[in-house]
Amino acid sequence: MFQFIVRRLIQLIPVLLGVTILVFSLMHLSPGNPAHIIAGENAPASTVEQIENRLGLNDPIITQYFRFVKDAALLDFGNSWRTSLPVSSELWPKFWVTFELSIYSTIFSIFLGLFAGIISAVRQYSFADISIMLVALFGLSMPNFWLGLMLMQWFSIQLGWLPPTGWGTPQQIILPVITLGTMGAAVIARMTRSSMLDVISQDYIRTARAKGLKEKVVIYRHALKNALIPVVTVVGLQFGSLLAGSVLTESVFAINGMGKLIVDRILARDFPVVQASVLIIAVVFVFVNLIVDISYKFLNKRIKLD
Amino acid sequence: MSEEIILDIKDLKTSFELDDFEVKAVDGVSFKLPKGKTIGIVGESGSGKSITALSILRLLEKPGRIKGGEINFKGEDLTKMSDKRIRDIRGNEISMIFQEPMTSLNPVYTVGQQIRETLKVHQGLGKESGTKKGVELLKLVGIPSPEQRINQYPHELSGGMRQRVMIAMALACNPDLLIADEPTTALDVTIQAQILELINDLQKDLGMSVLMITHDMGVVAETCDYVAVMYGGKVVEYQDVKSLFKNPKHPYTVGLLNSIPRHDIDVEELEPIKGNVPNASEMPKGCRFAPRCPFATDLCVEELPTLDEQSDGGEVRCWIYTDRWNGDPEVKVNAKERTT
Ligand SMILES: Nc1ncnc2c1ncn2[C@@H]1O[C@H](COP(=O)(O)OP(=O)(O)OP(=O)(O)O)[C@@H](O)[C@H]1O
Ligand code: SF4
Ligand SMILES: [Mg+2]
Repeated sequence: MFQFIVRRLIQLIPVLLGVTILVFSLMHLSPGNPAHIIAGENAPASTVEQIENRLGLNDPIITQYFRFVKDAALLDFGNSWRTSLPVSSELWPKFWVTFELSIYSTIFSIFLGLFAGIISAVRQYSFADISIMLVALFGLSMPNFWLGLMLMQWFSIQLGWLPPTGWGTPQQIILPVITLGTMGAAVIARMTRSSMLDVISQDYIRTARAKGLKEKVVIYRHALKNALIPVVTVVGLQFGSLLAGSVLTESVFAINGMGKLIVDRILARDFPVVQASVLIIAVVFVFVNLIVDISYKFLNKRIKLD
Repeated sequence: MSEEIILDIKDLKTSFELDDFEVKAVDGVSFKLPKGKTIGIVGESGSGKSITALSILRLLEKPGRIKGGEINFKGEDLTKMSDKRIRDIRGNEISMIFQEPMTSLNPVYTVGQQIRETLKVHQGLGKESGTKKGVELLKLVGIPSPEQRINQYPHELSGGMRQRVMIAMALACNPDLLIADEPTTALDVTIQAQILELINDLQKDLGMSVLMITHDMGVVAETCDYVAVMYGGKVVEYQDVKSLFKNPKHPYTVGLLNSIPRHDIDVEELEPIKGNVPNASEMPKGCRFAPRCPFATDLCVEELPTLDEQSDGGEVRCWIYTDRWNGDPEVKVNAKERTT
């Protein structure tokens, strides 16, 4: 197992290098001279030249790339072109907000999705199953900003139970997490249901019953562990789309997270911030996939180590 | 038969209730199994053998349901007892092994985990004593280096080994009755012989009763004391094994015996039964075998014969063996010889 993890970590190196190349090109392929952007429209040529030299913009592109990678490895992303503050200090607080939102939403999706999916499968074609699948279909087809607005309208404005905006207190967390997590919960519920139904009809489930085990043990110990194998993959993919979905959710609930930051800074052509944000999201995504791989391996003993 | 009867099935009816019709998979099956003996349930595919076995342990999948009859096991009717009581019996007093060794073990748990589970539910054994007993069981069923095997996953074992593990698991709590549903069909011929021998030996050593499902008359000859021949969800003949091979009564049994290669008969005489088992949803209303029976008469087509005891103690469900037989008298004369 340890060897497996180490090998996977080593395999990440080329992936991460690829990501840095893409992110680096993003800035250098986009039109406009960074020095002009920093200095402003009407700055004198000497100022522009000074900035170009300070940023090393006249160095060979390869040199610039290696400098970028080296700095990024030390979490130094330079200074914002707009605010002149170090990118890291602007980014981290917002990253944590988005990270929290994503993690809570993922946990919400997993628990609700598994629970609903298991009930659906165990009581196939019952009223509970049909209702759950209808709600799931609804959750799947509903754009999350709309769901967010509806929740806000109902629970904040009509009932006044929960605050409509912001992030931090437990009350503030509830609505955004439901907004962002519902689609994932729906996907996981559907996946869990079909995977459970498939597993429940397997011969080894009959064997488990023939041993005299309680139905609960048959479902949770024998069926669920097998049924989780395909579900884990979906959870990993879901986390990736969560990061994207958080942009909309953050706008709806006026949460000061990375989604909002990225949108603002793209409009302002503040490339170092955008670059760093994209890089961080990519790295998180890659590591989440690693975790998915490891849990997959842990669940499915038939996968060979290499 | 004056022995103690461990399993007494009376008029068992099991159906699958589909949306618009009912599939009567088992339709009035009756037979008895004396303690310590082996009964073979034989018949072609689809005759209701597995459904009979699954009914005993109430392991039917929806929409299957026992609709009537009794399954008396040591004096208790299994069809009427509580879910809790039947769970106590499963894997403990009655164990079952299945046709598909490759898929009958859970792929995500080790052999040891799966054996210990049974020992834990029924005997309360912990991890350590469970492992010790597990190793003993694996040794008992002839698995080499059981100390290592017990920590392996099913995919690391061959089909034959997996079936041995299934048997070990089934034997864990010294069951009174072992139900083996075609335990060797999926295995190579040499492994088949080994597994059958294993079951035979274990039965003798442990004094178990065995219900052996098969469609192989060779297996019956080697392992069984009694035989119930099933056709179309019904028992058509019940005999002790010697009489069955010497004096098969029902035309279907005769057909089954003629369709297996035997050393003492010229191979050219081998004749499989013509036609197919009728679909459980469109059973003939008279004798189920009438469409394929060379002796069938109007009576056979119109009316279902009953399962009647003969003078030699066997039971047969066929008009030939009754006073109402109105077909070829010659057939009747031959039949007389078979019952005496
Ligand atoms: N899940 C089901 N739904 C509907 N009908 C079923 C179902 N399972 C079995 N049957 C019916 O019950 C009949 C008997 O099936 P069973 O499995 O007992 O046959 P079998 O004698 O064990 O045959 P085989 O030798 O192929 O195992 C089949 O012909 C089939 O029509
Ligand atoms: S009852 Fe008639 S059709 Fe059925 S087996 Fe006997 S002779 Fe054949
Ligand atoms: Mg069968």
